[in-house]
Amino acid sequence: MADGSAPAVLRLEGVAKDFGEGEACTRVLHGVELTVRRGEFAALIGPSGSGKSTLLNIMGLLDRPTVGKVFVDDRETGTLDDDELARYRGRTLGFVFQFHHLLPEFTALENVILPMAADKGRLDATMQECGEALLNLVGLGKKLHAKATQLSGGQAQRVAIARSLAMNPRVVLADEPTGNLDTQTSDEVFALLRDVNRRQGVAFVVVTHDSRLAERCDRIVDLVDGRIVSDRPHQALR
Amino acid sequence: MPFEWFVAIRYLREGRAQTALILGGTTVGVAVLVFLTALISGLQRSLVAQTLSSQAHILVKAPERLARPLPLPAGSAAADRVEKTPDRIRSIEQWQQVLDSISRMPGVTAASPTAAGAAFASRGEASKSVAVRGVDDETYGRVIEIGPKMKAGRFKLDGTSAIIGSVLADELGVGVGDKVRLTTPEGRGDVFLVAGVFDLGNRDVNERWVLVPLRSAQTMLDLPGGATSIDVKVADVFAAERIAQEIERRHGLAADSWMKVNEQLLVALRSQSASSYMIQALVVVAVALGIASVLGVSVIQKSREIGILKATGATTRRIERIFLIEGAIVGAVGSVFGGGLGTGFALAFANLARGPTGEPIFPVDLTPGLFAAASIIAVATGTAAAWFPANRAARLDPAVVIRYG
Repeated sequence: MADGSAPAVLRLEGVAKDFGEGEACTRVLHGVELTVRRGEFAALIGPSGSGKSTLLNIMGLLDRPTVGKVFVDDRETGTLDDDELARYRGRTLGFVFQFHHLLPEFTALENVILPMAADKGRLDATMQECGEALLNLVGLGKKLHAKATQLSGGQAQRVAIARSLAMNPRVVLADEPTGNLDTQTSDEVFALLRDVNRRQGVAFVVVTHDSRLAERCDRIVDLVDGRIVSDRPHQALR
Repeated sequence: MPFEWFVAIRYLREGRAQTALILGGTTVGVAVLVFLTALISGLQRSLVAQTLSSQAHILVKAPERLARPLPLPAGSAAADRVEKTPDRIRSIEQWQQVLDSISRMPGVTAASPTAAGAAFASRGEASKSVAVRGVDDETYGRVIEIGPKMKAGRFKLDGTSAIIGSVLADELGVGVGDKVRLTTPEGRGDVFLVAGVFDLGNRDVNERWVLVPLRSAQTMLDLPGGATSIDVKVADVFAAERIAQEIERRHGLAADSWMKVNEQLLVALRSQSASSYMIQALVVVAVALGIASVLGVSVIQKSREIGILKATGATTRRIERIFLIEGAIVGAVGSVFGGGLGTGFALAFANLARGPTGEPIFPVDLTPGLFAAASIIAVATGTAAAWFPANRAARLDPAVVIRYG
């Protein structure tokens, strides 16, 4: 769990986001201020259409805000061009999606290695070792060479978690990572995320509709109609 | 291994049906390219070789004499038509120096003097109108390869020996060792011993040509020490016209290249080449469209994966390169398979029909240059065709495709 003195790894200043133009222009985020500190495990909750995914995309540098600034590791990212942004994103942020989105043509190990190879521009033996270590960490040491299509939903999501950690990120952004899993597998995957958070000090922001899982986070950020209406530590932690 | 190559090769390997489809299309395209080019260039080479078997690449002659009307006194009338001067057989002035100069010109491989004129060849009561060509067998043999085309005897001229065409030999009923009399219209003549019979593959030449030693022809045609023409051979047959023009400019003589003499043949060859290029261009376009459409579908199918790659740090350039490399690989592999298939077709076609001498009726030209060109075209086409899908992939918005596919 992070304390208030831990350094900020992700900071949003007055972030707003518009979609459409002219009369059809719709503002989906309104002046969002948010700071994620190292080692934090935060839940982002809110009803459908509240702007959670848009906010997550902006935090993940997949989308740019219409207004406001996004800092990752104290670096303002608005001045970076698309390729610089892609490289910076790859080096500082990890993603876990609702559907694992593994590349089906590749093995579990290759899926984990790809972000490293994309960053360096080539594959090498050290990446292989690193990938194996990450798959061991998520309990899939025996599935290194299984194709993504040969894995169960839970296993595939574990590989996706290992992939998100490949570049040793400051923050992992998880968009309903258990939304497509049964309750037991959901609990296992969530436990894995928490374990990685505690052992490696990586900050997590998890979007979830599951209040049961949200209650297991250190902090709960509630987004309604594009505004943060509450940002509180979990009750048990107060 | 570079990241882009790793992903591109895997995409091609795993996309079995799609890869087989574009590879099949490229293979067939390259095969058509190789087959058509080999066949057309083989046919053209054979046609040109056949045309030049009895013809010098350039024929240098004395310039045509022009009538020069005398200046008329003022007030007198003159006819408005100037008659052409009747041209008799004339020697090229200073032909030895001209021959020496032409022989040393770049691109010229051989040059030989000829003293040519009309005569009658007779044996017994049979008499035929012929073209007497007095040549130096050594240099003339370098300009027109008669040696390998001898049906009987040898291509060797000395004293009063003569080499005659196969049709003339049949018509006069003579063979090697027989004698024929050659008489010019002016009544000069001599008896010659037939030393050989040639077949240059041209009926008119085989019926009319009688080759005799240069000195004998000079005497018979009343051209003491003269030569009516210089026959020239050049290294590049299609440079003949340019060299002929250079000879005209340097020596003020008339120089006719085979290209000028056979203008209709050249037009036909050019038309044949143009239609072949058109077919090949259409094949290349069809292959390019095939590659572009299949890779385009692949980009649509892989949109989400491309989004994930971008989300995890792959830049737009890396994504673009993955698909360009896929196109290049398809072109390269297709050129290998297509080259083999095209070669197989070409050889099978060449073996399909053969002439009486065993030579293929449809000769094919399979050269390393052809395969190199086909490979370059295939790789360039594959890469160019992949540009549009690659560009589309690179422009995909990861946030959108990850969410909506």
